[in-house]
Amino acid sequence: MSSFIRHPKDFWAGVIYAALGIAAVILGRDYPMGSAFKMGPAYFPTVLGGLLALVGVIAVVRSFVKPGEAITPFAWKEVILVLAATVVFGVLLRGAGLVVALIVLVLASAYASVKFRWVPSIALAIGMTVFSILVFVKGLGVPLQILGSWFGG
Amino acid sequence: MELLNNIILGFGTALTAANLLYCLVGVFLGTLIGVLPGLGPVATIAMLLPITFTLQPISALIMLAGIYYGAQYGGSTTAILVNIPGESSSVVTALDGYQMAKQGHAGKALATAAIGSFVAGTVATFVLALLGPPLAEIALKFGPAEYFSLMVLGLAAAMVLAHGSLLHALGMVLLGLLLGLIGTDVNSGAARYTFGQPWLADGIGFVTLAMGMYGLGEIVRNLEHEETRSVMVKKVTGLMPSKADFKRIVAPIFRGTVLGSALGILPGGGAMLASFASYSLEKKVAKSAVPFGQGAIEGVAGPESANNAGAQTSFIPMLTLGIPSNPVMALMIGAMIIQGIQPGPSVMNEQPALFWGIIASMWIGNFFLIVLNLPMIGLWVRLITVPYHLLYPAILVFCAIGVFSVNNSEFDVYLMALFGLLGYIFGKLDCEPAPMLLGFILGPMMEEYLRRALLLSKGDPTVFITRPISAVMLLMAAAAMFVVLSPAIRKKREDAFHEEE
Repeated sequence: MSSFIRHPKDFWAGVIYAALGIAAVILGRDYPMGSAFKMGPAYFPTVLGGLLALVGVIAVVRSFVKPGEAITPFAWKEVILVLAATVVFGVLLRGAGLVVALIVLVLASAYASVKFRWVPSIALAIGMTVFSILVFVKGLGVPLQILGSWFGG
Repeated sequence: MELLNNIILGFGTALTAANLLYCLVGVFLGTLIGVLPGLGPVATIAMLLPITFTLQPISALIMLAGIYYGAQYGGSTTAILVNIPGESSSVVTALDGYQMAKQGHAGKALATAAIGSFVAGTVATFVLALLGPPLAEIALKFGPAEYFSLMVLGLAAAMVLAHGSLLHALGMVLLGLLLGLIGTDVNSGAARYTFGQPWLADGIGFVTLAMGMYGLGEIVRNLEHEETRSVMVKKVTGLMPSKADFKRIVAPIFRGTVLGSALGILPGGGAMLASFASYSLEKKVAKSAVPFGQGAIEGVAGPESANNAGAQTSFIPMLTLGIPSNPVMALMIGAMIIQGIQPGPSVMNEQPALFWGIIASMWIGNFFLIVLNLPMIGLWVRLITVPYHLLYPAILVFCAIGVFSVNNSEFDVYLMALFGLLGYIFGKLDCEPAPMLLGFILGPMMEEYLRRALLLSKGDPTVFITRPISAVMLLMAAAAMFVVLSPAIRKKREDAFHEEE
């Protein structure tokens, strides 16, 4: 299989386009299509989805013909740490409150760097927490609980 | 004398204490992010948008505009001092600017960049003031068919001017348009692609999308190859260029300004394209004795003037037609919509103080940049070396709190993480996010104009080619695509984007 693919970047981009385009067309069938004169909610997205799928197919076909560079390896550790830290921040925000959520966000994401060291990162976490409470909560009035409902905040 | 009255109105608006302060804050922040590693204007403006909701519309837009052109300025500082372009628009500045710094002329290079930017900014402000009203006049006559075709033209130009493959740019535009349609359809009330989730009923926020693709995606990409920055020039001295230097930079500044102003107006244009084009032009017109790539002052003066002029004239299509020419302008349009202003040609008539105030503030902002930044160069030099591993967790904090505060919704935080992943994957596949963001902003508007145009023509699609203005715009879009596909031009386009290699 992989020996046919001469342009892996084009191939995978094409697969993503085609999958999303087809998904848009299929999901669009739940809504009325209408006509060009009286367009229904499905009309425009179906056209766009069809075009996107077409672009995807062309990219895939082209990847068999025109050679291109290989995809550089994914930095899984960094991706997972940074994105997971963000998601966990969202999960903790209401229950545990801003302080806990921020300390987890800063420390977990900072750990993704090869230059991570505990002391400066903890200092940064404390600094950002104090800054955020002063600027966002006190200064700008963003409705965030400093201590969440789990701590009776 | 209407122009004079308008300019007086603009300065009257921009010179109030509050607006002066926001202008100053904007250019300061802009320079800051231009200097700091791994933080661009798109991510910064997206982060600050939630904060600007509480401001007056004019103050908010003045500040956001200041961030954009201030960032061009800060980006050139890092380009000259550490050979790392802070912004993509200062890539070419690094070529000769860094060489000048190595030869002990860092101060001169920085001053040249500042003077060029100021001259270009002043001229571009006038271009904006002169071209804005007639363009808006024409646009007021546009019907839905013309608007639809104009958006097609805008997206086509954005695709042509994106780097990399045209096919990928088209894919990203279509994907952006589709993402923009998620949420409740204004005409039928149908909830499209929401999977029954109420938090998707209002659609995806563009702050969420922009912060995910540009903020988070960028962080992960930077972590992949972390670099240490070291500043060779600890003390910058000898700021003033000599008389001979002035003679050398006058013509490049002039050419860069003209070229940048013209390219900035084009949809898809803006600062980056302008600086690349100006460097190529300077190389072509220069006498053979000019040592390009080895510290030629012309190679700093031209591109730096061009990128600032381009940054400013790219406001023209945004302010007069409501069409974004680059992701930053897309965010500005988003900011206007949130403030309750419908972007388009009516802004100038209904909100003259806003329109002219922004224009006047740009000139004031450029003045701030020149009087503040050269004396403050010591501070910027120190900030250049802020280690990235301490900076990005802080960026992440701003993104997370910022995106949450838009709707007080943790779902937006999750969605931002998802777009961060998408941004990283697309980056790996050489698919640029800029066309996607433009498509995202234009998606709902395009659908609305298409619907109206076809309703008026009773479903007859030939309306787009029988109405002359619409036909011309579609023809231009087709021509742009066709030209890019022709082999000779394609090679030139690749060269233009690979000047640095």
